[in-house]
Amino acid sequence: MEPIIKAEGLGKRYVIGANRSQTSLRDDLAARASASFRRLRGGARDTSPTIWALKDVSFEVQPGEVVGIIGRNGSGKSTLLKILSRITKPTTGRFTLTGRVGSLLEVGTGFHSELTGRENIFLNGAILGMSKSEIESKFDEIVAFAETAQFLDTPVKHYSSGMTVRLAFAVAAHLEPEILIIDEVLAVGDVAFQKKCLGKMNEVARHGRTVLFVSHDISAVNALCSRSILLHEGSILKSGETEDVTRFYLDSANKLYSPVTWADLPEKENTDIQLERVGIEQRETETSAIDCREPFTIRLEYENKKALAGSRFFIVIRNARGDIVFTTSDYDLLTEEAADRKVGRFNTEVVIPGGLLRAGSYFGTVGADIKNERIIFVENDVLDFEVFESADDTLAERHKRLGLVAPLLQWQISEPTSKTKS
Amino acid sequence: MTTSSAGIQSSLQHRIVVDAERKASNSGLAELWRYRELLYFLTWRDVKLRYKQTILGVTWAIIQPLLAMLLFTLIFARLAQIPSDNVPYPLFAYAGLLPWTFFANSITGSANSLVGSAGLVTKVYFPRLIIPAAPVMAGLVDLAIAFVLVIPLLAYYRITITWQLLLLPVFLAWATLLAFGVGTLMATLNVRYRDIRYALPFLVQLWLFASPVIYPLSIVPAKWKWVSMLNPMTGVIEGVRSALFGHPFDWPALAVSFAVSLLVTALSVFYFRRAEDNFADVI
Repeated sequence: MEPIIKAEGLGKRYVIGANRSQTSLRDDLAARASASFRRLRGGARDTSPTIWALKDVSFEVQPGEVVGIIGRNGSGKSTLLKILSRITKPTTGRFTLTGRVGSLLEVGTGFHSELTGRENIFLNGAILGMSKSEIESKFDEIVAFAETAQFLDTPVKHYSSGMTVRLAFAVAAHLEPEILIIDEVLAVGDVAFQKKCLGKMNEVARHGRTVLFVSHDISAVNALCSRSILLHEGSILKSGETEDVTRFYLDSANKLYSPVTWADLPEKENTDIQLERVGIEQRETETSAIDCREPFTIRLEYENKKALAGSRFFIVIRNARGDIVFTTSDYDLLTEEAADRKVGRFNTEVVIPGGLLRAGSYFGTVGADIKNERIIFVENDVLDFEVFESADDTLAERHKRLGLVAPLLQWQISEPTSKTKS
Repeated sequence: MTTSSAGIQSSLQHRIVVDAERKASNSGLAELWRYRELLYFLTWRDVKLRYKQTILGVTWAIIQPLLAMLLFTLIFARLAQIPSDNVPYPLFAYAGLLPWTFFANSITGSANSLVGSAGLVTKVYFPRLIIPAAPVMAGLVDLAIAFVLVIPLLAYYRITITWQLLLLPVFLAWATLLAFGVGTLMATLNVRYRDIRYALPFLVQLWLFASPVIYPLSIVPAKWKWVSMLNPMTGVIEGVRSALFGHPFDWPALAVSFAVSLLVTALSVFYFRRAEDNFADVI
């Protein structure tokens, strides 16, 4: 059968550093002038640093297939979707799509808060590529799906965020192209609604439509996709049966994102404390894919070259948005070993409890200092790990709530003791 | 191709090929036509939103040119004694202000449309040309409303209308085309160079004085008239006035002005199509 999606050698290069969006005419003219001046002198060409977000990606999708695309942040998933959705042009390669394409890179694109629910259904539907008659014929279905019938003529600015998302997804879910490209849109709304959306997507898939589904949520990919593609650093690392690919992804996470070993790197001399290795372990294996229910250990291996009384290690954990989630130090619950730094090789471990972090990507900075005196070293972002939630709806719900962490806490109910009087 | 299978035909119709080697992989005219409903919806959105949360609402469409007319009458007719081709100055000014206000508002709206729709441009595909076109179409609604005032004005000043009034839509279509062309050019430049945002108000003002809105073309010295006709808005405004007041059309001059309009629009669309592939990365 002829593939419905055929990609050959797709690549995308971005210029990094200079923020191109804020150019002024003067800057551009100046840059052009200096570039031609350099060329005149036979000097180097434009040397703006570039990055290949996607490199030589080729694959085929048969009609009716539901294909998952997985990979961690920065692996090129979103770039691939943007190219296939024709939002941006590839730098190399070509692709063919044989059919009507609908892409959902975001829920509620083009929603306007001043317009009513009814008006937004039409506007959003049209933006997603539906015709007016198509929207009209599905209007009641969309409204029923969104469960917002009584607010249809209220401006969306008065909606709760949950309602807006439901309405937006309802429109999107009724898009009926031959090829549907979806990015992470299930990561919205409450759990009950998410289930409904997954059900709807399953239905879409069963109706023989071709779906490309990009997600962080391994369990959703497992549930929906027959075949998957694993992207890593812009290239396809593995593709095949979803189960194999997702297992490979989780298992090999530690190989893909190996712990930092200074022995492998050009030596960074430190006369006080030489950090040699930083690693993360869960269930006694090194990994950077963390099951969020279970505790995990961050281990530092280092050599004290001097006895440094009063020195302390700290670890700063930041989430993908750059917010500091917490900072911890071995000085907090001071042990004898931490108080008395002796010369020699040591390992320091800290256990991060399970059921604390939200699902998502994290970076950790490791450092040491002497209180009120000086910083011994700081290694920025040497830890790089991903927290996953296994597929269990009742517990996964907490990851959607507000807050930097999603702790699983004990709640207790008891009858008031004062009432026993009677 | 035979007509044996409509299904295969329709899917062949939707075959999309994108090749990094080819320039301007996007939107042909056929695709633009397929998305015509989106243009309608974006226009409708602009119209709906334009006067939301205003007290006077859509009356602003009349108030804007009306106030300008009163101001111009006071300053240019009373104080500066500018002639007005034997038409009462207020009516003369209003007839020029109609296409001018439409043009100025449209190009301003268009210029900011792409940057203002960054959310759309980076998240969903459709022929990008629709974005700068929508504010122009929405401007037509205002133009139609403002036109209502022309009828009592013509009656009040006892101007007899002629068959030439039938040509009015032609000149308004011309104004629309020109507004689209200039607006699209500004919008494209604005994606890359935000300087446009600051330069545009000044450009619009300069253009107003370069066009025969306040003064009649007849006071321009004969040897400079052709320069004035190179300004495409000159043709539009003169045409609208002639159609309304039954003055003779100056066809050669109009032809020059129209040719410039076509050229500007063609160049602008050409530039837009070369730039649109990068919008999502640059915006």
